[in-house]
Formats: sequence, C-alpha cells, structure tokens
Amino acid sequence: MNFDYTDEQNMLRDSIAKWAQGQYDFDKRREALKSDDAWKKNWATFAELGLLAAPLPEDFGGLGGGPIDVGVVMEEFGKALVVEPYVATVVIGAGALREAGSAAQKDEHLTAIAGGERVIAFAQAEPKSRWALNDVSTTAKKDGAGYVLSGQKAVVFGGPQADTLLVSARTGGGQRDAKGISLFLVPKNAKGVTTRDYPTMDGTRASEVYFENVSVGADALVGAADGALPLIEKLVDEANTAHCHEAVGCLRMMTDLTREYAKTRKQFGRAIAEFQVLQHRMVDMFMATEESVSIALLATLKLDASDAERAKAVAAAKVSIGRAGRFVGQAAVQTHGGMGVTEEMRVGHYFKRVTMLDSTYGNVDYHLKRYAALTAKAAA
Amino acid sequence: MNLDFSPEEIAFREEVRAFIDANYPKHLKGVGLREDLSKEDFLAWHKILGKKGWSAPAWPVEYGGTGWTATQRYIWLEENARAETIPPLPFGVSMVGPVIYTFGTPEQKQRYLPGILSGEVWWCQGYSEPGAGSDLASLKTKAVREGDYYIVNGQKTWTTLGQHADWGFFLVRTDPNAKQQEGISFLLIDMKSPGVSVRPIKLLDGGYEVNDVFLEDVKVPVDQRIYEENKGWTCAKFLLAHERAGIAGVARSKRNVERLKTIAKAEIGDDGKPLIESDDFQMKLAQLEIDLSALEMTELRVLARESAGKGPGPESSLLKIKGTEIQQRLTELTLEAIGNYAQPYTRELGGNEFAVGPEYSRAPGPIYFNWRKASIYGGSNEIQRNIIAKMVLGL
Repeated sequence: MNFDYTDEQNMLRDSIAKWAQGQYDFDKRREALKSDDAWKKNWATFAELGLLAAPLPEDFGGLGGGPIDVGVVMEEFGKALVVEPYVATVVIGAGALREAGSAAQKDEHLTAIAGGERVIAFAQAEPKSRWALNDVSTTAKKDGAGYVLSGQKAVVFGGPQADTLLVSARTGGGQRDAKGISLFLVPKNAKGVTTRDYPTMDGTRASEVYFENVSVGADALVGAADGALPLIEKLVDEANTAHCHEAVGCLRMMTDLTREYAKTRKQFGRAIAEFQVLQHRMVDMFMATEESVSIALLATLKLDASDAERAKAVAAAKVSIGRAGRFVGQAAVQTHGGMGVTEEMRVGHYFKRVTMLDSTYGNVDYHLKRYAALTAKAAA
Repeated sequence: MNLDFSPEEIAFREEVRAFIDANYPKHLKGVGLREDLSKEDFLAWHKILGKKGWSAPAWPVEYGGTGWTATQRYIWLEENARAETIPPLPFGVSMVGPVIYTFGTPEQKQRYLPGILSGEVWWCQGYSEPGAGSDLASLKTKAVREGDYYIVNGQKTWTTLGQHADWGFFLVRTDPNAKQQEGISFLLIDMKSPGVSVRPIKLLDGGYEVNDVFLEDVKVPVDQRIYEENKGWTCAKFLLAHERAGIAGVARSKRNVERLKTIAKAEIGDDGKPLIESDDFQMKLAQLEIDLSALEMTELRVLARESAGKGPGPESSLLKIKGTEIQQRLTELTLEAIGNYAQPYTRELGGNEFAVGPEYSRAPGPIYFNWRKASIYGGSNEIQRNIIAKMVLGL
C-alpha cells in the first residue's frame, strides 16, 4: 500500500497550478467565458504542458499515464474552475479509442488528441433518457457498408468546442435494451449534423446535437456493433471519477475560502470565525472534504478492477461527493452571508460547479440506487 | 379547537376566489414572482387590490386594513398562492407601513400610508451596510442635524429592487457617541433626492435584484424621521419581527409542492417510469409535505395569537428558519427532479430564447442558487437561532 504521488505527478500538479495562477485566474477566466475562442489558447497550453497526452498510450504520442494522472489534472482544474472539455476529449474520447478503437482510428485520433488538434464530445444523453445509459433512442441503421444516424442528443458537454462527436446509437433492440447499442465517431461538420449551443449553470457550454440522416462509413464504428454498453459504462465511470477529483478541487477551495473569509469578516466586534457555531460548520466542511479526497482515490484505484467492483466504488464516490458538494457549497455560501450569493465572489462559482457535477452522469440518488442494486445482486 | 372552516369562511373563500379570477391581470397569470418583471407588472395586482381596499389585510382597519380574522387572512394568502398572483411587495405593506402607523405622527400617517396602500409609491429598505450585516446595530451611515434637515452620508447594501424605488426607509446613526443601538434613527428618504445613487449587484444566478445605495450629503427634512431621534432601533426591531413572521411563505411553498408534483409526473426516472412513481422520490416528497404541514400549523398558531392582540414576538424566528429551510429544500428537490435538463442556463440569452429542455426546466437552476439568500436575508438563520436562544429560551 502506498499513497505517494510520483515525482512526475507532483510536477504535473505544480505546472497546472502555476499556469492557472498566471493565465487562468478568476478575472481572466471570467473574460474567457465571454469569448467563443479563448479556450483554444488554453487548449494549446494543455498540449504543451502534456496534460492532453498524460493518460494516452506512448505509441500514439501519449505519456503512458493513467487515472491517477487524470485525477491530479482534474483536482487542479477544479481549483481553477477550468471549463475546457478535458474529460470529454481525453477521458471519454481517448478512452473509447484506447479500449476499442481500430489501429487506424487510434492512429488518426489519439496522436491528434495528444497534440491538441482533436476535440471530442460525447453525444450520449438524450431528452428522455435522464441518466440511464441503456436508454438510447438515436438510431444507426445499416446502409450498405455504412450507417445512417438519426436522433437528438441532450446536454453534450464540449459540444460547442468539439470537432468530432462520439455518438451512442441503437443498431438493434428496443429503447431500453442493454444489447443493440453501438458507438460511432462522427465529424461534427458531417452533413445532417446540427447543434444548438448554450451556456450551462456553471458558466461552461454545452449543446443539443441533432442527427438527421447522417451517413457514416463502416470505419466510423468504434468497437463491435450492438455491444457497446459495457464500454460506455466503463467510460462513464472513468469520467465520473475524473469529475470527482475535480469536485475535490472545488471542495478544497470552498473550505479554504470560507475559512479565510471567516477570519477576516468582523461582526459584533470580532472575527466571525470566533463563533463556535461557525467553527463547527467549518469543521464539518473540512471533514466532508477529506472524506471526498479518500473516496475519489478509492474510485480511481478501482477503475481497473472487475466491472462490479469498479461500478460500486465509482457509485460510492459519486454519492459521497455529491452530498459533500451540496453541503460544503451551501455552507460556504451561508458563511459568506450576502456576499456569498453575489457573482463577484469566487465561492459561489465553485458551488455552481459542484452542483453541475452532481447532476452529470447520475446524481446522488441515481448512484445510491446503483450501489444498492450492485450489493443486492452480489448477495443474491 | 378545530380546523374546519365555518360556512361564512367558505363563503369568504368563494368570494375571494371569484374576485381573483375576475380581476387578476390575464397577462400575468402563471408568470410567478421574478425579479426581472417590470415595475408596472410588480405593481399591477397591488394597485387593483388598493382600489378594492384589500392591499394590506393585516393593517388595523383605521389605517386601511380589511378587518379580516386570522383565518380569513390565511384563506386570502392561500387563494393568492393558488392563483400564483404577484403579491404586493413587502417593503411598503409589510415593513415600513406598520412602522409608520405604529410610531409615526398623524401627519406622517396621512402623508405616507395612502401611497403604500394604493401601490403608487414603491418603497425600499436601507438597513444593511457592507460592514453591518448580522450585526446591524454596528451601522455607520451618518445623519448630522443641520437646522430642519439631516445631512446623510454612507452606504447601504442588499437593497432589494431599489432600482424601482420612489422612497426608502433607512437606519442612520444620529449619535455617534451613544451605545450602538441607542444612537440610531429611522429616516424616510425620497430616492430622487440629490446625492442618492443606486448601483446594482449581480447575483449568483445572473439576475439583478439587490443594490448598493450610496448617500452623499443627502438633505433629509427632519419631519421625515419616524419616532424619536436616537430611538430608531425600536422601529427596526419591530419591523424585523414583522418581516420574519411573513417570511415563512407557507402558502407559496404549498403551491410549489404542487408544481413539483406536476414536474415529477412529466419526468421519466432512470427506470423508465414516471418519476412520481419512484419510491425514493416519493419518500423525499412525503417528508417535505410532512414538515410543511407542521410549519403550517405552527404559523396558524402564531397567527391566532397575533389576532388575540399580541404582535409577532421572538418565536416568529422559528417561522423564518423553518420556512426558509423548506423553501430551499423545495428548490433542491425540484432541481433533482429535472435531472440533466436543469443544467442549461438560458436566462442570460434573453427572455425570448426557448428552453433547451421542457419549459419547466428553465427556472429551477437559477432559483436554486438565488434562493440560498433566504437563509441569509431578514436576519440570517444563525441570528434567528440566537434570538430564540436568548429571547424565548432565556439562555
């Protein structure tokens, strides 16, 4: 057993922190959110710093790292409230290729991802699917050697920035069948693809993506036809784990910012940090944050375990961190008083981000039920 | 003791319901209370009620109240919540109005009360300051007497909807040497006075509803002071007790529970069935309804005591704490019910932009963030607990 980070991982963390401090502070980030193109410069920096290459295989321009490296990146991203579509591209997009891509697909996309020239968004959720990964209505009908895709995808993170879409679509079975789901890589500029881009609650952007008789070749299929659900579950578990580390970064910041604020804000002739009721609340925030660090690591270290073990650990992390995010976020805002609900204080933006993360790929209730079902299945 | 409405009360309910139905402006039906409504929209129902004589049911009859019993007032609130009316704003009717008829001179009552009742005059509150929030009595805005005027200098903050206000009621320090609570006076200030400026504060949900108010050498006639000089804290405490009594918002929460049920019927859960059929959602909803029932009974008990002649006392802090906690849980549960379509945030794109998900998915995200204010404003819930500890439990 060993909880140490490698020298390389520590350097990775430091390089992101340094970049964020200089180039991605609160005001610069706020400016960047108003522009459609500011992310491109940041993305190029991610490539230079090796963040995009970190978890990719060495044969394709990667650095051969894994989920721990991703966790390091994501925690720092959480602290800096980075909005660029890292998880969609590097964790999910590259993950799908790593697990199931053909040699040609890996060649075409992985090197480009590492170099910052390819941005992938995961077009998975649908207007009526909520978080159920098996609920897929978008169809991919066989057409000669290729396929024709039709349907609508909902709240696609990174949709506005992406050039390529990883799309789940039904090649067989009914709307909620586990079998019959396939994954496709589709250029966003393919004929018949349209998007509606919009801001999300945390200041990032997402898209509704519409497929209207979009023709793709057989080489667009990633992995075997009809059998993509286990892979999708694994990719989403990896994405959730990455987001859990991001949430940990947000929690650390909210806890620290609240403590600092309470030490300087004076009411009734003394710092409000001296009031015991607020001290205990801040202790609870600290404890929730530490527990979140632990359970995020548990999920990370179980990503390579059996499907069931992995699923339970990730569900556990989503439940704990979803709750921690709500508690710490609300407590942080409350302790800041009126200032906490203003746009100018950083603390509220972390609160918005953790709220967004909780409702991404399944909220607390979803994962609690998932965990319970997995436990019941193992006991049966 | 019983909970049944008498035949007279049922008849009253029918009368009220018919009046709302016939008179509430059609274009404001189902709009809900939103800070981005126009001034005219905010005041539309208030003005109609003013003409009818129903804009301030809780006031004594001699000043323009309706003389309704506590039960009738309860019915009135219920029916308004049911119809989702935009209620008269609290700043005039619930806050400064009672201060003026309780502490004002006959001339002041005559001068200010009619505008409050009719909805012609929009009031705002100048209490908090950047350095005086929970510790309100530490306020620093200064009023220096010069002949028949006070010269007022300072900054107020969190002034809700001050951008529309015609008049404001302000707490100012008239004796810098007195002990904190003792050197404060209660002033009414015309917001058009030279030296008054209002600057909006952008909130977490992207909306503008609160403001900083800057006062720079503002000349305020002495006859705009309510009650004695340096005794303004008495008015302030009286007003805060009134504010927190109305803050529980039980009727509106009941309406929002119904709205949540409608959403949960339309939403499909992860098991493919309507969310309303999901066990864990049902449990959360049930718990919320149970807590709301307990709060409602508590509010009715407080109302009954009030109509027996006692004003709202420190126990109204309970209503504020529990009421706002329930409101906040409701915003949480609504957010959960909507799932990932709570994430798109189209309000900053302008009101004409169609919702990304179902129409009902548009508001709950902003409301969830915005409503964190409820446990902070009107005296934070921590302060309310202090009030109960000290004033009720004698700790």
